[in-house]
Amino acid sequence: MENKIILQASKISIGYTSKKVKNVIAKNIDLSLEKGKLIALIGANGIGKSTLLRTITGIQKPISGTVSLNKKNIHEMDFLNLAQNLSIVLTEKLPPSNLTVWELIALGRQPYTNWIGTLTDNDIAKINEAIALTQIEHLVSKKHFEISDGQLQIVLIARALAQDTPLIVLDEPTTHLDLLHKIALFKLLKRLTQETEKCILFSTHDIDMAIQLSDEMIIMTPEAVIQDQPCNLITKGSFNTLFKDEHIVFDAQKGRFLFT
Amino acid sequence: MQNKNRNTLLFSFLTLSLVLLLLLNISLGSVSIPMKDVFNSLTGGNASKETWDYIIVNYRLPKAIAAILVGMGLAISGLLMQTLFRNPLAGPDVLGLSSGASLGVATVILGAAFLPPVFASFLLSSYGIILASSLGSFLVLLAVLSVSQSLRNTMAILIVGLMFGSLTNAIVGTLTYFSTAEQLQKFTFWSLGNLGNLSWSSIVILSICVAIGLLLSLVNIKPLNALLLGENYARSLGMNYKKTRLVIILATSILTGSITAFAGPIAFIGLAVPHIAKLVFQTSNHTVLFWSTLLLGSIIMLICDCISQLPGSDITLPINAVTSLFGAPIVIWLLLRKRKMMN
Repeated sequence: MENKIILQASKISIGYTSKKVKNVIAKNIDLSLEKGKLIALIGANGIGKSTLLRTITGIQKPISGTVSLNKKNIHEMDFLNLAQNLSIVLTEKLPPSNLTVWELIALGRQPYTNWIGTLTDNDIAKINEAIALTQIEHLVSKKHFEISDGQLQIVLIARALAQDTPLIVLDEPTTHLDLLHKIALFKLLKRLTQETEKCILFSTHDIDMAIQLSDEMIIMTPEAVIQDQPCNLITKGSFNTLFKDEHIVFDAQKGRFLFT
Repeated sequence: MQNKNRNTLLFSFLTLSLVLLLLLNISLGSVSIPMKDVFNSLTGGNASKETWDYIIVNYRLPKAIAAILVGMGLAISGLLMQTLFRNPLAGPDVLGLSSGASLGVATVILGAAFLPPVFASFLLSSYGIILASSLGSFLVLLAVLSVSQSLRNTMAILIVGLMFGSLTNAIVGTLTYFSTAEQLQKFTFWSLGNLGNLSWSSIVILSICVAIGLLLSLVNIKPLNALLLGENYARSLGMNYKKTRLVIILATSILTGSITAFAGPIAFIGLAVPHIAKLVFQTSNHTVLFWSTLLLGSIIMLICDCISQLPGSDITLPINAVTSLFGAPIVIWLLLRKRKMMN
């Protein structure tokens, strides 16, 4: 079982330290992300989901505790090693450019190419594999600004796949999508974890869908950060601690939120 | 694959144009020399008149080389700025780098009188002027960059660049107010831009500076491609952002600084040429853009220089006027055409 773990966070406190003040957002967090699992991170706005993601992706240091990626401290890894083990998908807008979808996905191979970025046959095989897995063959010669938001999100996932890392972290991938595309994206993520044995961690506000499709969930509340399987979290009643509002109640039978 | 053929064709066409323009550029001037003689003289033979050989070797050839160096250097520094700032309107002149270089040069030309003669003579040498000019553009770029760190808005970065430009211009203005007529004349001539008047030794120094700047840009082609996805993705692809940014800034300051020191502040080449390259080659891949920007930069600068000779007359226009007349409409046209790409 031990070798299944890709990323482990033990007893970390997250937050920001300025000159004198320590602003701890959450403490005593234990997480372990395993191979082949689709894991959803949920929590109310402003609870510190982004800070947690920034900390476990090595962008920001924890106030205490360590995050290890493949048994190495993530905050001591060099840039290249980190890029070969962890890829990200963000919601931010891409800067204007003439990049085609194929070129954009090919950029995912940068951690492996030589100084000028020459693609080897192996690189091209990985790129084509990522395109096939995400079923976007029809988009590859389009410019990245010519496709819809939903399509772009999938292209960015393909880019992360081409980067060929054991762990992929997505920051709110379903935010700008309608119901149809949200479901398609969730199903894609689910299929990718099954077919590629990668671990995919994503933050989301679509809790109902995450309950149905993810293998594990991480719930962030002001009191604690809990990681477990969705069915266990339902039995424990953890979802009711998510929002401090008596009008929003989680219905354990139906597996979704009811509001009055 | 079709793209590859198209690119090969375009590159061959541009290289051929560059050679022809070089010959044309050398043949034009107050004394017009037939292209055939220019070709003979350059390939080791002799022109039909001895004075023509003299003119070519000592005046026309250095000027043409200067045009090529200036075109290449400014165009590449524009390309670097546009990618680093993720802003299609960035360029050495827009971001105030040329003004920074002007400030450096103005301080040296106009302020040397206040310094002990030993320093003054060093500063007024070409090395001193290059150093002052590069330092000026480096400082302005650092200032723009540090402000832009807290401003995510790309429009704001441009405005900050323009403000730094005005600020340095104001200081230059103040300096000129206190200087002698002779110093003022020297500075004014410099600020109009001039590709002629460069001795072979100056050409050598300029070539070395431009070569260093281009080399520093060349090794950053891969990180520049990563930056097309924005800073965060670039980092996640294993790029050392701080180091890359520093090298890009250094390259830009050396290119803009040295070119401005020798040829004066030349407008619009840095802004317009990378856009023309992107439009012609339909790509954002810096491996292609680097070489196409180099070629197009030299070609356009040679054309501007040909126009500034006003073929058929004895008058020579200031090169800066020509590049502005040529560049400003191109930028407006590009903005209208490529609205989508600019977001």
